[in-house]
Amino acid sequence: MNEPLYQKRIEIFPRSVKGRYRSLKTGILVLAYSVYFLLPWLRWDRAIGPDQAVLFDIEGRRFYIFDLVVHAQDIFWLAGLLVIAALLLFFVTGLAGRVFCGYFCFQTLWTDVFIFIERLVQGERNARIKLHKAPWSANKIVKMGLTHLLWLLVALATGLAFTLYWGDAPQLFMQMLKGEAPFAAYATTLFLTLTTYVMAGLAREQVCTYMCPYARFQAVMFDPDTLIVAYDEKRGEREKGRQKPSKGLMTEAQREEAGVGDCIDCGYCVQVCPTGIDIRNGLQYQCTSCALCIDACNTIMQSIKFKPGLVRYSSQHDLEGKKTNWFKGKNIGYFVVLLFTIAALVWSVANRSEVEMHVRQVRQPLSVTLSDGRVQNRYDIKINNKTSRAMRFNIRVTGIPDAELDMGRFREIKLPAEHSVKLIAKVRANPEAVSDSRTPISFIIESIGEKPEITLLQQNTFYVPEKQLKHAK
Amino acid sequence: MMSSEKSKSTVQTTGHSWDGDLQEFNNPLPNWWLWTFYATVVFAIVYWILYPAWPIGKDYTKGVMNEITYTTADGKTVTTHWNTRALLLKDMQQAREAQQQYLKDINASSYEQIRNDEEKSAFAYSMAKVLFADNCAACHQAGGNGKIGFYPNLLDDAWLWGGSFEKIQETITNGRHGAMPSFKGRLSEEQISDVAEYVLSLSGNEMDTAAVKRGRKVFTTDGGCTACHGADAKGQIFMGSANLTDKIWTIADVPGAESAADKKSAVMQVVTNGKQRTMPAWKGRLSDTEIKILTFYVHQLGSGK
Repeated sequence: MNEPLYQKRIEIFPRSVKGRYRSLKTGILVLAYSVYFLLPWLRWDRAIGPDQAVLFDIEGRRFYIFDLVVHAQDIFWLAGLLVIAALLLFFVTGLAGRVFCGYFCFQTLWTDVFIFIERLVQGERNARIKLHKAPWSANKIVKMGLTHLLWLLVALATGLAFTLYWGDAPQLFMQMLKGEAPFAAYATTLFLTLTTYVMAGLAREQVCTYMCPYARFQAVMFDPDTLIVAYDEKRGEREKGRQKPSKGLMTEAQREEAGVGDCIDCGYCVQVCPTGIDIRNGLQYQCTSCALCIDACNTIMQSIKFKPGLVRYSSQHDLEGKKTNWFKGKNIGYFVVLLFTIAALVWSVANRSEVEMHVRQVRQPLSVTLSDGRVQNRYDIKINNKTSRAMRFNIRVTGIPDAELDMGRFREIKLPAEHSVKLIAKVRANPEAVSDSRTPISFIIESIGEKPEITLLQQNTFYVPEKQLKHAK
Repeated sequence: MMSSEKSKSTVQTTGHSWDGDLQEFNNPLPNWWLWTFYATVVFAIVYWILYPAWPIGKDYTKGVMNEITYTTADGKTVTTHWNTRALLLKDMQQAREAQQQYLKDINASSYEQIRNDEEKSAFAYSMAKVLFADNCAACHQAGGNGKIGFYPNLLDDAWLWGGSFEKIQETITNGRHGAMPSFKGRLSEEQISDVAEYVLSLSGNEMDTAAVKRGRKVFTTDGGCTACHGADAKGQIFMGSANLTDKIWTIADVPGAESAADKKSAVMQVVTNGKQRTMPAWKGRLSDTEIKILTFYVHQLGSGK
């Protein structure tokens, strides 16, 4: 006696539909695919660096995004981007429900394409169901084989396109054809090919219902004013429920008179659903708000000359006959925080420094006494030139009168384009010139021959042992 | 959710019953678990074939098709079955090979050339840090600051045995022996006290004028201190005698003394008991290139001379 541990997947064969939301989804799909597949091939002029518009160079520790070069130390922008993405998700979900799931999520987009391929090869829903139930035959093998082959090709293209973002696209592509590309390139492509094939081809709606955490927690952000894809139960059912159109029940007026709902129970909304649910059962966690059932119902309503909108974007308050309130504290709050975060990120990117300096005091030992009685502290100074031109700098130290800065052989600091240099600076000062064992000092670098001049200041402390202070007094 | 109704149907139990009503379900293992288990069995068998695995008496299975070839530091080529020690030795071999060109460059360059070449000095500096930590830090401390009373501070600008590249290289190669003799019995307690007053006055401490005057006499005549420290008390590089006129103290802990009396007793202690210090010779223990790299490092620690 074997009790199944989980429910076996019931195969879904979504029927195609035409309509406003289908067109919108197709538009987004085409746009997203164009960007995703073509972007690695777009060339870009740079004084230094690759001529690829978008390139994530892991080895060189630089991300090239058009005219923006993101260095390793700027990677916190990614955190900013993720915060913005999260806030945008919260804001939009509170307002308009699972918009991301329905229109933008790559699971939705790729599943859409895979279903399109399936329909292209095997035909419309009924033909697919028939083929699925039919015993194995030459016809079935050819059609199934072709479907899976095309899926694999799309999956391969997806994996390949992803890989090309991490290297020079034309060069890497040729290398991969010749079998000369690095192992990571093949591994990444293979991994994404397999996951795309499995997730969009085989797992499909199970990803949304069982695997995806967003799907579940987005529901938590819903409130009675959130837009949902909903069936107008009042109008659809009335007192006597759904009825097929028959004599005397052909128009809306007649149906209203008889107390029969406007839903003719054609089942089109169920057949088009990619997650296989019946929207007339109310809001369900499986619903990704793809809005295809709206298109389906409107198509039918139109053909029987009923008013459209039996299934529509609506809110719980709207369905109850109340007014939907958009301007509530939660939405405004998210919007304000979202704007603030975007502004902060834009500000940070716009004001990124071209040159960076870090000063760290050498702590082993903190200080040393010299033969003339002066005290010497040492500092590790790192200067990073992030620009694509060579630069020269003067460096000086302020904060203690007559403090001497010894940079060894360096008189001025020369930095080639996109280079960093590490220096050891020795600062010597007379203990009589300071009153405290820890005196703030500043390292200042000034560019030579740059317009506008670049000046950077870094603060640190100069340490003199307590005993030497007393001695000096 | 949907299957919760179904799962209430009868499930097979192990047949035992405790306390009258406690029973244990006999549910089958989930298939994913079972297949994962089989996969680990297959993995283990493949592993046994490819890698060292089973002990056989005093020997063990070595694994097939899985050999490592590496060259040892003294140029022997070894081929062995797969093991982590051989992996390490191969890594070491690769590291040695990667260093070869740099070491050749360092060998062929003068100290000035190393100093003026950014890449060479960067290599010398980072390699020296490791060499210093392995060989020198035990006495001179990790930062090179030494220990007062025992090991000289390499960071200050005083060089007992000379601060030129050549002198530093000589010091590391052949070692040094610094000897401050004991004056116990040769000078009286008062004379030692006076000398200490004089020595402290040399580096700007305010001392008793009469005692300083007497001390100077002891320093130049009875004590014979000038023989080593020189008439000007500035020390002599050829014998490693300390410059007494600067503010640096390497044996008597004057900077760490709380009071004037403590300072004086610290100096008197050294004069009375003397001090023997030895820097060991590193010739034979370190290669010429390693000594060169360390010389470069020590030179820049104390800003050289």
